[in-house]
Amino acid sequence: MKPIFATSTSLQLRLFLAVIASLSLIVFDSKFDSFSNVRIYLNTAVSPLIYVADIPSEMLKGVSNTVVSRRDLRKKVAEQKDKLFIQQVQLLEFKHLKQENKRLRALLNSPVHSDQRKLVAEIITVNSDPFSLQVVINKGATDGVYIGQPILNEQGVVGQIVDVAATYSRVLLISDISHGIPVRVQRNDIRAIANGSGELNGLNLPYVPHSTDIQVGDVLVTSGLGGVFPEGYPVATISEFNYQIGQPYAQVEAKPVVALERIRYVLLVWDDEAKTTDTTPDETNKEKAL
Amino acid sequence: MTPANGRFKLILTLILALLLTVLPVPEPLDSFRPDWVLLVLGYWCMALPYRVSIGYAWITGLTLDLLLGAPLGIHSLALSIVVYIIVMNHRLIRNISLWQQALIVGFLVMLNKLIIFWAEKLLFDISITPMYLWSILTTMLIWPWIFLILRKIRRQFAIR
Repeated sequence: MKPIFATSTSLQLRLFLAVIASLSLIVFDSKFDSFSNVRIYLNTAVSPLIYVADIPSEMLKGVSNTVVSRRDLRKKVAEQKDKLFIQQVQLLEFKHLKQENKRLRALLNSPVHSDQRKLVAEIITVNSDPFSLQVVINKGATDGVYIGQPILNEQGVVGQIVDVAATYSRVLLISDISHGIPVRVQRNDIRAIANGSGELNGLNLPYVPHSTDIQVGDVLVTSGLGGVFPEGYPVATISEFNYQIGQPYAQVEAKPVVALERIRYVLLVWDDEAKTTDTTPDETNKEKAL
Repeated sequence: MTPANGRFKLILTLILALLLTVLPVPEPLDSFRPDWVLLVLGYWCMALPYRVSIGYAWITGLTLDLLLGAPLGIHSLALSIVVYIIVMNHRLIRNISLWQQALIVGFLVMLNKLIIFWAEKLLFDISITPMYLWSILTTMLIWPWIFLILRKIRRQFAIR
């Protein structure tokens, strides 16, 4: 027979400890960056569950890949060939432009853009926290993925890495409520910040004065100012520009160019320039100090 | 009888519940997903309150946070509080009919969801949709079957 009363008092103590531990975890995890190292190990520990949960959808994908008709496949191959041909021709022009751009930048004494390391990752379909917009991808710390890494696809910006494990990582989408991305309007270089709205297909631009020259249909590209995203990638198109008299700012909404509900493959980008820009301020500071 | 009696099977049922929680389902069904972890954890806390209580709840909650990519500690906080209520009232819950138990489970799931919502609300500027609460109903409806299955497992393997 177990002592009933002793257990019930220690139960309250245990609840107290659990609540304190949870609350301090919440604070530590959301406010201090140093905790992210611990998270990598914890995430890696639970990664088998992620992979097991992904098995059914992998199997479904396999089935749908097997039961494709021959005619559909032929049609697809023909389409892809055409597309590839056109893109190869465009690439010739692109190479030439790149060379020219490099030379012009050298003439202007601007830093030359170096080629970035890129890696394709596939989405792992698992259920996520209902209050945030995230996807899990199948590349992790062993592939060199780091927190804050920009994620793109062939259409534009998808999001950034917020959580890393050894073999998978978590991408926060640009439309998440806690995400903000510095952008500029492609047409006239007006700078703004695009915050996520919490809805999968909505961004909003806060603190835009009503006299700003922004129109519906304008394309927003990354401005590269935050240091996270490389410059010049398309982010969203303006879907609404409203100004109500008496309001200090205009109400500007945008729609991401990437179909965020249908992404399957994404591109991880390593910014080589990040390292050089990271070291330069230190060096200049040192020089000043000397 | 060793204290480790059936511990492996008990943990296995919890892992199964965690898996069902992260398993992808078609978008329209997603908001009807029952709170599997609370169902399984709740059963064990009611049946074996001296073995499974806040410690298990905390660890399971932490695993759930990691699996779902939620801020760490949110699910552990909610599950610890809910499990505390179950363990304190396990005698009462054991002695009422299955459908009355389902009502209590519904209340506990709602509490669990609201604690999670409040905690996340403190961190981010989120808003609640009615869809978030639909799973309370499915969890209540599925409780009697989970109860019967887990009781069979408990008796079959003599987990005490």
